[in-house]
Order: sequence, then C-alpha cells, then structure tokens
Amino acid sequence: MNIPAELKYARTHEWARVEADGTVTVGITDHAQEALGDIVFLELPDVGRRVKAGEECAVVESVKAASDIYAPVGGEIVAANLDAVDAPETVNQDAYATWLFRIRPDEASALDGLLDAAGYARVAEEA
Amino acid sequence: MAEATYLTLADLERRDEFAGRHIGPAPAELPGMLETIGAASLDALIDETVPAAIRHGDSAPFDALPGPATEHEALSRLKAISARNRVLKSLIGMGYHDTLTPKVILRNVLENPGWYTAYTPYQAEVAQGRLEALLNYQQMVMDLTGMPLANASLLDEATAAAEAMAMARRICKSRSNVFFVDEHCFPQTLDVVRTRAAYFGFELRVGPAESAPAADAFGALLQYPDDRGEVADLSDVIAALRAQGAVTAVAADLMALVLLKSPGAMGADIALGSSQRFGIPMGYGGPHAAFFACRDEHKRSVPGRIIGVAIDSRGRPALRMALQTREQHIRREKANSNICTSQVLLANMAGMYAVWHGPAGLAAIAERIHRLAGILAAGLESAGRPASTRRYFDTLRIDCGGAADAVLAAALAAGFNLRPVSRTQVAVAVNETTTREDVDSLLRILTGRHHDIDALDRVACEKDCLAPLRRADAILAHPVFNRHHTEHGMLRYLKRLQNRDLALDHSMISLGSCTMKLNAVAEMIPITWPEFANLHPFVPADQALGYREMIDQLAGWLAAITGFDAICMQPNSGAQGEYAGLVSIRRYQAAHGQGHRDICLIPRSAHGTNPATAQMCGLKVIVVDCDERGNVDVADLKARADEHAENLCCMMITYPSTHGVFEEAAREMCRVVHACGGQVYMDGANLNAQVGLTSPGFIGADVSHMNLHKTFAIPHGGGGPGMGPIGLKAHLAAHAPGHAVVRMGGPNAGQGAVSAAPWGSASILPISWMYIAMLGREGLRRATRTAILNANYVAARLADHYPVLYAGARGRVAHECILDVRAIKAATGIAEIDIAKRLMDYGFHAPTVSFPVAGTLMVEPTESESRAELDRFVAAMIAIREEIRRIERGDWPADDNPLKRAPHTQADLADEPWRRPYSRKEACFPLPWVAENKFWPAVNRIDDVYGDRNLFCACPPPADYAA
Repeated sequence: MNIPAELKYARTHEWARVEADGTVTVGITDHAQEALGDIVFLELPDVGRRVKAGEECAVVESVKAASDIYAPVGGEIVAANLDAVDAPETVNQDAYATWLFRIRPDEASALDGLLDAAGYARVAEEA
Repeated sequence: MAEATYLTLADLERRDEFAGRHIGPAPAELPGMLETIGAASLDALIDETVPAAIRHGDSAPFDALPGPATEHEALSRLKAISARNRVLKSLIGMGYHDTLTPKVILRNVLENPGWYTAYTPYQAEVAQGRLEALLNYQQMVMDLTGMPLANASLLDEATAAAEAMAMARRICKSRSNVFFVDEHCFPQTLDVVRTRAAYFGFELRVGPAESAPAADAFGALLQYPDDRGEVADLSDVIAALRAQGAVTAVAADLMALVLLKSPGAMGADIALGSSQRFGIPMGYGGPHAAFFACRDEHKRSVPGRIIGVAIDSRGRPALRMALQTREQHIRREKANSNICTSQVLLANMAGMYAVWHGPAGLAAIAERIHRLAGILAAGLESAGRPASTRRYFDTLRIDCGGAADAVLAAALAAGFNLRPVSRTQVAVAVNETTTREDVDSLLRILTGRHHDIDALDRVACEKDCLAPLRRADAILAHPVFNRHHTEHGMLRYLKRLQNRDLALDHSMISLGSCTMKLNAVAEMIPITWPEFANLHPFVPADQALGYREMIDQLAGWLAAITGFDAICMQPNSGAQGEYAGLVSIRRYQAAHGQGHRDICLIPRSAHGTNPATAQMCGLKVIVVDCDERGNVDVADLKARADEHAENLCCMMITYPSTHGVFEEAAREMCRVVHACGGQVYMDGANLNAQVGLTSPGFIGADVSHMNLHKTFAIPHGGGGPGMGPIGLKAHLAAHAPGHAVVRMGGPNAGQGAVSAAPWGSASILPISWMYIAMLGREGLRRATRTAILNANYVAARLADHYPVLYAGARGRVAHECILDVRAIKAATGIAEIDIAKRLMDYGFHAPTVSFPVAGTLMVEPTESESRAELDRFVAAMIAIREEIRRIERGDWPADDNPLKRAPHTQADLADEPWRRPYSRKEACFPLPWVAENKFWPAVNRIDDVYGDRNLFCACPPPADYAA
C-alpha cells in the first residue's frame, strides 16, 4: 500500500501536509482512490469558507460511488485545486501529487490529532 | 370404475385456471425440485423458511379473500364495475387534458409487452431502445422548455414542483428559508409543495407572481400559463429574482410551449410540468410523466434519472443512465431525492407523440386548441359576456353572474364537465379532442344563442392575443422528430427500438428486490377501456362510481393481505409510499404532542430510498448494524433505540430482509421500537414473500407500502409507472394524505397531499384488481410458496458454483438469494459486473448487481418462471462459472476472455480477422440453445467513466450514428 511516511492522515482517508507558510494541503489517499475507482467529478470548497475539523467540505465522485471529504483540521480554505476539477482522473493517477484544497489552520497544533503513516496503514487494512 | 374418473362441473369450470398460467412450475415438477433442494415437501420447505412465530394463523383476515376467477369472469365483472363510470367531455383543465393517443403508439408501446415488461435500464447494453426513446423525450423537453438539460421524467407535476423547491435550496446560496409560490399555481401543486415544505422546514409564502421578489426567498415557483389560464411574460419577475440570487422554477404546460416563448428564454432556472397531454390518457389522475429541465450548471443537483450519451468498447455512441451517484441507491440520505421508479413508459409515449407528429403536426394541434379557445372567447365577447382571462392559450374563466351552478348543470346535460371556480365563475379548458361542434354547443350554453363558427374563426385569427409572447425559435429540429411520419415508418422505428431491449417477452429477469413476475395480458386489458382511461381526476364523484367501487374492493383485499386497517392509494411509487408513511407517522406523533421525535433507525442493509425518504421528512438517520449472518443485530437495535428513546420517531425495516432472509426476530424488533415510543415502518419491497403466510400488520408494523408494480403484477414499464399505496393501522389512518381539490372522505379529508392526484395513478389499479381477482385466496398463497420454492431451487443448484451469502436459521433463503462473487474476483479479477454482462450473451438480463452487498449478484426468480426457464438460467450461470475456471487455469488471459469482453455484438462476430483467444461460437453462441432465440446486445460494453466525464444528454447529431 502506498502511504508516504512524511504525510499525516485522517481516519476518513484524507492526507494532510503542513507547508512552509503554515497552511495545510489536503488530498485523498491512494487507498481511497483505489476503492472509489475511476473518479469523474470533484466538488471543492469555495476559497474563504471556514470549516471545522471533521466537517464535510468536498465531494469525490466515481461512476459507482460518491464520497464526502472531511476537513482534517479546522480553519479557512485558502486554495482549491481547479486543475484537478478539470481533470479528476489525475487523482487516480497520483493521489498524493493531486492535492484538493489548502486550509489555514486555526491552531498550529491542529495536526496533532491525525494519524501517522503506520497508524493509517492499520486503518486502511481494516477497511 | 373408480369414482375419481368423474369430474364435477366445478372441476370442469376450472375457476383456478389462471394460477396455472401465472405460476411457472407445474405440480408434477415439484417433487423433482424439492429433491434438488433437499426438502421433504413444499409444506416442509415453507416451515423451514418462514419462522413459525411470524406465520399468521388460518383465522387471519387473508382467509376472507374471495376464491379465484377465470380471466373471462374477472374481466366481465370489472367491465360491469367500469360501466358505472360516466365518460363525459372534461374541459376542467388544471393540468389534465383529454388527448388523442396515436393508435400506432397505443398498440405498439402501451399495449406491447416488449415495452411494458422491461425493467429500469441499469443494464444499458440490453436497453438501448428505450434509452433512445428517453433521450428523444429529454430532447423534446429541452426544445419546448428552452432549457439545456432535461431528466427522463418524474412522477407528476406536483411532486416535480416539490422537487424543484428542494433543488432550489441545494443550489441557492441565499440564507433565506422562504420559498415563494405563485397564488395561481394549480391547487394540487400548492398542496403537495406545502406538505414537502413543512418537513423540510421551509417557510412557504404564497402571493401574486409579481410580488415574488419582495419575499426575499431562496426560490420561487411560478405557473405558465397560470391556473386562471392567463399567459404572462415572466421575464421581469425572473430577472428580479435572479438579481437576488434566488432560483426560479416555472411550471409550464407542454402543449402551450409549442407556441409560447419558453421558460428558458424568460430566464428560468428550472422548468417542469406534466407531459400527459402528449398522448397519455388522463386515467383519473395517472400515470403520467412529469418533465423536469434546468440550466446546465445545475446538472448534478437534478433529481431523478438522466440519460446520457457515452461510448462503447468499440468507440460507438451508446446510451446509459448518467450521474447515478447523485441518486438514492448510492447517495442514500445525501441523495438529491428519494425518487427511484419514475414514469418511463409514459415518458416514452409522450416522446413518441412528438416523434409521430413532428414540429409541424404539434404546431397544428397546439394552434387548433388555441384557435378553438379563441373562437369561444370571440363568441363570448360578441354576446357581451367577455371571458375574464385576457391572454390565454386554452383556458378561459367566464363570469356567469350568479349562475355558475346553472351553467355547470346545462353543460353537464350537454355532456361537458366544466370547472367550477366560484358561485359566479366557471372555467373552460379546450383540449386536443375538442371540436368545432363542441365549441358551438358550449357557446349556446354560455350565451344562449347560435354562433357562426367560421365567422368567429376569422375574428379569432385576426385578434391573436398571444402575439407578443409567441416563440420565435425552431423546435424539434432533430431528424428523429422529422422522419417517422408515415405509419409504416413509425411502426418500424418502434420495432427497431423494441428489438434492442431485453424484456420479459424474451427471457426471465431475475432482479433481486424487483419481483419481475408475469404481467398477464388480461390484467392489462382494462387500463385502456375508455371508462377507466378517459376520466379527469377532478370529475364529480357521481361520474366515478366505478372507480370508487374498484378502488374500495382493491383496498379491502390489500388490507386483508397486509393485515392493516386502512389503505391510502395516493402514493404513485414505492418511494412516495415511504414518504406518505413517514409523513403519517410524523402527523400522528405531532397530534399527540410528540412532534419532537426525529430519529429514524434504519438497518445498514436497507434500500437507499429509506434514508433518502427519512431525510425528506426531517428525520435524522441512525444506522443499525447487521450481524455476520446478515440479520439486523437486535442488541444494537436495542442499544440505539434506548439511547434515542426520547426522540425515537420510527424504524424502517424491510421484511424479508434485503438479504433475502426471513429474520426470526422480526416481531421482537417491532416490540423494541414500540417500547421506546417509536413507530414501525415496513418497506414493502419484499411483500411477495409474505402474501398468505404472514403480513406486515401481523408482524407488528404500523404502516407499510406495497409496490403494486412488484407484488401485484403492474409491469415495470422500463422504469415506471409504479404504485405505492400504504396500509396503516387504525391509529395512523386519520393522518394519511388527503387532497386539496377532491374530498377524499373519511377522517383524513383535511390532510395535505403527497401526490398530484387523489388516488395516485388510478388507471393502473385495475391491473392489481385483476391479479387478485383471478388468483384468489389460494392462488395468492400458492404464488408466495412457489416464489420461495423457486428461489431455494436456484440457490440449491448454484451453491456449488457460487456461494449463497445468507440463509435463514434452517439454511433456507426467502424469495431471493445473494450469490457471492467476491472470492472469484479476488482470485481472477472477474467481477460481478463481468458476469452480469456475460449473461447477456446467453440471452439473460443480469440479476441485481452489488445490492445490498458489493461484489454480489441477487437473484429473485419469482413464482412465474417455469422449471425449464430456471434450468436455462442455471445452465448459463454454471457455464459462466466454467469459463471463469478456464481463466483461473490460465487458458484465457485475465483481460482477454469472454467475460471481460462481454457482451458480444454482431459487430464482434463479423470482425476480420478474429484475434481472440476464444472462438466466435464461444463468444456469441456459448450453449446450444442460445442460437434458437439469440438476443443481440445492440452495443458492446459501455464506458461509464467516459459518459460521466463527458456528460451529453441530448440526441446526438445523426452523423455520430453512422460511424
């Protein structure tokens, strides 16, 4: 299973990466894209929207399933990847290169509650 | 001589002959089938399948049902009942207009099992015919409404309006909680919208259309032409609403739109209405297809099914249902709507009406309707009594001084139903069947003298009140609407499409949870009798005495079968039945000071409509787990019910379970919910396994819907019509839906409606009446027992090849069985969908795929399939398993084999050179009997991903088909 060690993970199959400017980049894991199959549509949050940790803020649709994406941390949406909206198949091609949105977290320690790669590997195996 | 050689007259009369036709296996075949199953007798099998605790005894109300009748007896009894209906010329309007069904469409679509016995087109490769017909329908709706996108129908105009309100909330960013409704919307539309708004928690504001912008609403519903018959340009109102960010839905008349500026041209976001007057009989309220169209940017928020153009594996255009992830079977409580079954057969008829008449023919019909209205208006004006409607298409309101009653009575005596509006006003709505002689008669009644119709024609022609609002754009320019105008041409076009569809007239359709049983011809015959087909839903009650008697009898029989005290016929689909049931529960609880109860428990295995419906009723869904045997985990149910006891509204449960098992604990589950103050809603999808053995009422449910289109023989129509009446225990009966226009009688007269028509799709109720009348008490019970026998026979014969996922305590399945393909998939990469597509090469429609468990196939053979047909199906499934074994052995590559490349088409057969590891014969004629009645899928495997990434929902340019 492809689970990069340098990222953090939510139980709901999002990955999160802290950037140099303190914002958090979010995408879905390789395991999640594999389970969904060919992705045909992404609905991403509007920039400027405030979200709470665990709040539904995006939707990923494949031909056979639709899945909500939850904000792994609370904060303000500062960017959404419109290139991915135009080419949703890029999520299937490389789930870690294709980010979905960025959040400026309310608290710097917000990522502490997330899983590391080993922790997520256990979650993904159970699923 | 032995006494037994003498047959009595009663024997020779063979009153039970219908059971022998409806039920597939002959009595002589039972011992062999039971031996295969390993059961000592049918009684023993039923005892092992249906827990003793839920069997109702012999004194159940079921035993009061009548005995059987032959088809001739039943038809003559129903004919006598129908004769109590009086068929007058109804000029009542209000969204229902008499129409002339083209006979070529009547016989070749409505009366043709090739069209009416098909299932919803989930298996698109064997459904290209009706998918093309639905695409024509969408194109027609897009053209007439001036909108870029249309769906493939909703249930009726009123529920379409309610869906537009819900959609407006989804797409509007405004924080307003107000929805505005034009006070001149049809009253039944307002009634249904009011019911829906209450449980969505929206505030409804009703007023004149021009006041809509002042309501500061998130959306508005306007009517065009409106209930008074007035045609107004709505552009300014819509623009003002749009400037506020509000969404505007326009309920429009499809025939009027042939002449009028379209809702799209006026800036509307959504257009909706009924396509009934495009050749669909009024049928005392239905079934008819509602249309629904919108702007392209809102396509993902549209309720219901949308047909789209994709490509197949050869790159050829191929049609399919698009964007299904928005729908309830995948999205559950987050779905756009709970709608499942729509009105495919009726949508196809309406689309074909446009194909048959074409733009010029439709223009002539619409113009004639308008002209006759104009002549009526001119005659009234010349008599000094001008109509109060100023700019009309077909409807005039007429002041009669204080003599409205006298005018209505005079019209009645002359054979016309006019609409009573008030003590001083009547309304007249001209329709396609209206003649110059009719208008002459009406003018005599209204003005007391004779008029020169030709002279009035010249006046009406010169003074065209619609002039400023006529549409300038061309409609129905696509070749399909301009090509099939001779009867030979139309006949052959319909046959060509029919040939692409696999329906029950070809082979069994073993769809689990869908009960694709026989739809006998004798059951279908009465629906086109004029006494049932040509009644307006709002005729005076004394003209519908036959309907009243038929509906009362059917309701009595359904009550006896289900163990309920009352039946409400209004819901016109199963999902609508769920909605009506939950609304009744919420009203009952509110009336007892328990309106705060808002938790709905739903097992994980439930149909997607359950959580989608609960959400529409303002309920929060709490999921109850299932154990490893597929049964509801009663301990978890208890825990959840206790945890939410204060706020528990209800549980929704399907029985036998969606896993195809008679759960032992059904009655205990009901007790648990009742103990916490909740009510039990039973989903009636699997009622076919209960009839005569047990009943929802006996098990402990408070309310339940019946899918008359599953259990009681109404055909699926290729995806509708359905009927979903509900049965209720006495305490809930007073809270069932009523109707704003028609007094329903009984205690529920004042309650808001859930459907446009008081008795739903009344004109298909004779199908279920005939079914019950012909089978009778013993035939119904025998049907249930045989449905269980057939399912266990298929399970027993396939168990060595495909594991049967769930069974009851004693190893038996109920009326359907789930075949587990997950191990095969893990070992070979062959998935359930590959088996589904490969079955097409053998001439079969797939079972239900990946519901209720992903990676499985659910088979429901029904009682109507003979042992020979079951054996053919089993032989195909075993042959496919052998093919999979060859892949396992490495004979064929995992990605190039008859399963992965299924279905095979004539184009494959003709491939030169043939470069596959299997033969042409293995591809197309895999078993000896396949060639005897070969079904050729019209297209190869469809690329779903392409279709959803490149959504295209209109008729493709003709050049695309040439490739």
